[in-house]
Amino acid sequence: MSGSGSRSGVVARRAVRNVPAVAGAVVLVLLFLLAFLGPYLTKWGYQDKDFTAFRQPPSPRHWFGTGDAGQDVFATTVRGMQKSLIIGLLVAVVSTGLAGVVGAFAGYFLGAVDRVLMWVVDLLLVLPSFLMVAILSPLFRGATWLLFAALLAAFMWMVTARIIRGMTMSLREREYVLAARYMGVPPVRIVFRHILPNVSSLLIVDATINVSAAVMAESALSYFGFGVQPPDVSLGTLLADASTQATTYPWLFLFPAALLVLIVLSVNLIGDGLRDALDPASGKAAR
Amino acid sequence: MFLLRRLANYVLLVAVATSLAYLLAASALHPRANYEGRAAHPPEAVVNARLTELNLNDRTPLWQRYVRWAGGVLRGDFGRTWQGESVNAEVARRFGVTLRLLLLGMVLGGVIGVLLGALSAVRQYGAADRVITTGSFVVMSIPVFVLGVLLQVGAIKVNNATGVRIFEFSGEYSAGLSGGFWTQLGDRLKHLVLPTVSLAAGQIAVFSRYQRSAMLDVMAADFVRTARAKGLRRRTALLRHALRTALIPSVTYFTYTFGILLVGTALTEKIFGWHGLGEWFVDSVGQNDVNAVAAVNCLAAVLVLVAGIASDVLYAILDPRVRVG
Repeated sequence: MSGSGSRSGVVARRAVRNVPAVAGAVVLVLLFLLAFLGPYLTKWGYQDKDFTAFRQPPSPRHWFGTGDAGQDVFATTVRGMQKSLIIGLLVAVVSTGLAGVVGAFAGYFLGAVDRVLMWVVDLLLVLPSFLMVAILSPLFRGATWLLFAALLAAFMWMVTARIIRGMTMSLREREYVLAARYMGVPPVRIVFRHILPNVSSLLIVDATINVSAAVMAESALSYFGFGVQPPDVSLGTLLADASTQATTYPWLFLFPAALLVLIVLSVNLIGDGLRDALDPASGKAAR
Repeated sequence: MFLLRRLANYVLLVAVATSLAYLLAASALHPRANYEGRAAHPPEAVVNARLTELNLNDRTPLWQRYVRWAGGVLRGDFGRTWQGESVNAEVARRFGVTLRLLLLGMVLGGVIGVLLGALSAVRQYGAADRVITTGSFVVMSIPVFVLGVLLQVGAIKVNNATGVRIFEFSGEYSAGLSGGFWTQLGDRLKHLVLPTVSLAAGQIAVFSRYQRSAMLDVMAADFVRTARAKGLRRRTALLRHALRTALIPSVTYFTYTFGILLVGTALTEKIFGWHGLGEWFVDSVGQNDVNAVAAVNCLAAVLVLVAGIASDVLYAILDPRVRVG
């Protein structure tokens, strides 16, 4: 922790005091460890099939039980978590970055740039992202999941961009921005050097919240077959396969569902804690 | 004048959005595959003629198909599905189903969410606040399709345990049920319970969070203190002054959550076997049905903008400063 008066020190102390947020962070780290170390804990790969065990409940041999064709549910779930987590993180970083840049440019330059960018924002807000990604899903059938992640990100940044634009419009009249402008600093550099760092706390919170939103969107789309494509698995495709058998073979559904909910919940708790910690107006969590 | 310009912009947005959706759908989906996948290959000339007749032939240049489709839409005709049925008729049949779910989810979600949020702000850090806050965090983290399946499993358990079909979890009504108006109505209501719960739960959670923070901001404001000082009871001051003002930010979120609600409706329909627009959309993408997909997109765009206008109107009702003239 840095000096007692510094902003980062205050923020760090507030964050540490927020018990739910710390719990969320711990759980999230554990989930990451499970997702990326889990495959080494079991001898079953996610595409292996155990022909001696079909639809068996959890046992020492198969920790989470087995599926229709003898897949090890632990191995597939862990593999699905990897996909969901990576896509969630990637989409959140890309969409928040896009939101920051678009919002700051629109709010700083105003005029024609603003009108065009905000019109695009309005247009994309009118087209529900779920529908658009679903329509385009045939394009990434057989292609890499990166394309799917890019599409998800392309439809998630609009609301934040609006907020950033509003903040930028008030920031651009500040003394330090005016000073930079009169010193002849190029406008693009002002945006990246002076505007974006000053909206960074909002962007950090937004990126966190977007991770959970992206994980949710990814799994919902994959659930309908519009997302991650077989033979690859994500939590969404696992849940889709299991949903019709949830009553008869509950372990097929419950393990991926519980882990998905845990991921989203822990990220949401971290986001909420960060928001409180970064909010200069939050009085109760004083020094 | 201002309203007219706004309306014109909305119409333009819907037009561009729908055109974009059509163009994307027409280039990403391949209706021809529906014929090629069949066991008995129809002759190519027959397939071509059929696809051209339906305006789905990928050998016709995209812009020609678009012009023909747009011409139809301007006359109020969304074209035909790949099986040759009228898209308009199908939309008309399914729209009511979706609207019922959508309205119920929206109204219940909004009202209960706002009330819970207000309650939890008034009792800040009390037991009620803790329960509501924790509950909304958990519910917000459960995707609709997980919640829906969990509700179905729970319903089956309860039904089996009691031996009576208390909960219905599939379809809109029991097929072949005989009985008078009240029996039918009761049956439909029974089918409505679980989908509505799974749809409204997320909305309640989101709105209770928004309303709680908005209410907390307002409760410390001077005008609430003034209202108390002039002798209003705490309850009256909070209800009449604080709650009303705190509704304003929640109303702006309403438009944003509406898109999420639309997706939630699609998921709910698919899981509970309701034959609404959302289910149709999901099936249509699977069947490469360009015209159907474009029509659902157009409706979704219109609904989002209607929600936007509704929230503008609500805003004007709640916030006296916005009212002009």
